Parts: sequence; C-alpha cells; structure tokens
Amino acid sequence: MFHLTLHLADDALIIGHRNSEWTGHGPNLEQDIAISNIALDQIGQARNFYQYAAELCNNNREAYTKFISSPAFHQVSGPIDEDDLAYLRDAMEFRNHLLAELKKGDWAVTITRQFFISLYQQLLYTDLQYSADKRLAAIAEKSLKEVNYHVRWSGEWVIRLGDGTEESHRRMETAIDQLWPYVGELFVPADFQLEAAASGLLKNPEYYRQPWLEKTGAAFEQAGLMLPAPNWYQKGGKQGIHTEHLGHLLAEMQYLQRSHPGAQW
Amino acid sequence: MSTESTIWKVLEEVKDPEVPVLSVVDLGIIRDVKQTENGAEITITPTYSGCPAMDVIAMQIRMVLAGHGYAPVTIRTVLSPAWTTEWMTETGKEKLLAYGIAPPNPKQQVCTPDFFQQEEAVQCPHCRSFHTRRISEFGSTACKALYQCEDCKEPFDYFKCH
Repeated sequence: MFHLTLHLADDALIIGHRNSEWTGHGPNLEQDIAISNIALDQIGQARNFYQYAAELCNNNREAYTKFISSPAFHQVSGPIDEDDLAYLRDAMEFRNHLLAELKKGDWAVTITRQFFISLYQQLLYTDLQYSADKRLAAIAEKSLKEVNYHVRWSGEWVIRLGDGTEESHRRMETAIDQLWPYVGELFVPADFQLEAAASGLLKNPEYYRQPWLEKTGAAFEQAGLMLPAPNWYQKGGKQGIHTEHLGHLLAEMQYLQRSHPGAQW
Repeated sequence: MSTESTIWKVLEEVKDPEVPVLSVVDLGIIRDVKQTENGAEITITPTYSGCPAMDVIAMQIRMVLAGHGYAPVTIRTVLSPAWTTEWMTETGKEKLLAYGIAPPNPKQQVCTPDFFQQEEAVQCPHCRSFHTRRISEFGSTACKALYQCEDCKEPFDYFKCH
C-alpha cells in the first residue's frame, strides 16, 4: 500500500513539476495559464497522496523506508511528512513512470504526453474511487474531476495540432514517435501493483491497455494522426531505474530543501 | 440560537481570498461544524486539489474563531464526497454576479468530458447577454474559465461548473 501510494504521488508530482516549467513560457497567455493550472492540480493531487503515504510510513517506518538510501531522508527527526517524501529522496527512490519525467520538449511533446498520462489517470482513478482503501478512493474521486478537464483540454489540442498546419502535424508525429516507447510501461504491473491487484485495491494496469488504446485511437483519428504499432518499450521507472532527466529535475526541485533543510516562506 | 448556528454565523466573516465577495459558507466548503467544550471543530473540503487558497482559508477560520473566543479550534479536511459547485449557496451566486463573475451553471447542463464540448449559455455578468464564447477552459484561478461576451465585447470570468 505504501509503495502504491508513493508511486501515485510521484507520478503526479513529476508531471506537475514538468508542466510548471511552462509557467511564464507558454505559447500564449491563455495556454500558459491552462498548463500552469494543470500543474497546480497535479501538485495538489500529489500532496494528497504524499500526506497519506507519510502517515502509512510513520506507522511502519523501518520496513517502508529501507529502500531509501538518501541520508537527508534518514536524518529527519520525528514523524516524516509530505515534504520529506517529495524533497529528500534521490532519483532511484522515485517510483514514477518514465513518461512523466521526460523533458517538456516543444508544445507538441507536452500536449501529447499530457494526453497520454491524463487518459491513463482517468481510467485509473475511475476505478480507484471504488477501491477498498477509503483514503485512496477519496483522493481518486477528488482528482478525477480535475483529470476530466485535463483529458478534454489535451485531447482538443491533439486534434487541433494534428489537424492544423503542416508544421503542427509534423511536430505531432515527431512527438508521438519520441514518446511511444515510454507508453508501454503504463500497462505493465510492478510488484506493488500486482500486490494491490491481489488484495482488491486496484486493477492490474494491464487491464487499461485496451480502453486506453481505443480512446487514443479515436482522438488520433479525428486529428489525422496514426497510432503507432505496438513496439518494444522502455521500463524501470516503477523500480527506480530512471532516465538521466529525473536527476536534473530533482536537482532543481529539491535544491532549496537540501541546502536549507526545513526552510519555509 | 444554538451554539452551532452561532459558529456558522461567525464563519460568514471568512472570505475566499481569491474571490473576496464569497464567504466560505457561500462557497459550500464547510462540511460540518461542531461546538466542543470551549472551542470548535470545523470540517472543510477543498474546491480543487491544488487550490492555494485552502491554507489561507484554514488559517483565517482559526483567526476569526479565536477572535470570537473559541479555543482550541480544530480543522479537519475531508476529500469525499468531492466538492461541487452544486453546494454553492444561491446568495453566493448572486454575489458573484454582482461582482462581475458569471456564477456556475446548474450541473446537468455541463461537465461532460467530450472534446470541444461547449457549456450551454453562460450569461454575461455585465450586459446579461447569452451570446458569449469561451476563450479558455482555464482562467485566473483553478475554479474559473475565461469567456468573452459577443454583444458588449467585455471579457469575463466564469466560475465553472465542477
């Protein structure tokens, strides 16, 4: 349960942080505001998951944190909290999908990645809101209402760019080619997901592959884009084996708390 | 007047820092109020997961209740059932309109996840025309979308149905 909650939190935080990189740099004011709002939703969702993960962790700290080697984390005296989990773990202790940590790229990459992840979250949270774990269910119920906006917004942009100009279409094709090898990981269960499925907390993510492909295919058809054939895929994020991009992201995101532990403003 | 209705009355003084015409009661985020021996226990629910106003609101609830002699003040946050604009009071909707923000439409009209779905007839808070268009799904805060009136040409915020 702790690892599942941490994974859900890490996914939300890392994609949220990536999207926040657009704040002040969006292609136009409205879309700058849109992507920043989405980032805010995701970081808020991450906080809800981290708060729960911290409570679980405090109940059985030794067992749950032995995979964390970061000295900064183990120096925390007293109960750990959401910030300790977000700011004091190292890259190999994060459990997010690789797709979430890739660089934001151009607008086409950001939109395509957002659509892929939001669709996955929509399917996942729709089920999770009926989970036997009431706390995860409540977070999912809350998050789903926001994710529905994210799917609609990113889906509309997929169609607008795919069916837009020659250049926007070309950029979408490049983005899809670049991101596709990272999609497979969404549907391949990690050990903690198999355990969660066995105890009835959540379905095996394999179950979402087909509905995800159907929904993506429907949007791509409207956009005049091709759904790539199934191919080999990158994996490892859920086991802590990340791309080099995550380390750079964490260096920036965690700098303040690492340099000035406990800083507040 | 019962003690709990006194607390509800006091909470009317706490305003949403981002939409200062609305009280937290108007907004529908106060889910439960209990009088304890000398203090109060307030249950709140966030509007959006990442709404930065929530921390400020919790602090203001503490301050206002402390100002009325309640101690200790405990604030609990619940996520389920998830907040909906259905819980906004009718007075709250009137205050929004007077402030220049279009109040949320009733739920049954909207909230579908279909692409390019437009909300029905969002009314311009300035000239009351229904001839308006959405400029952006996301506005100055998580709870608002940006619209423009096609008649008086004024842009305006719409407190979106959620």
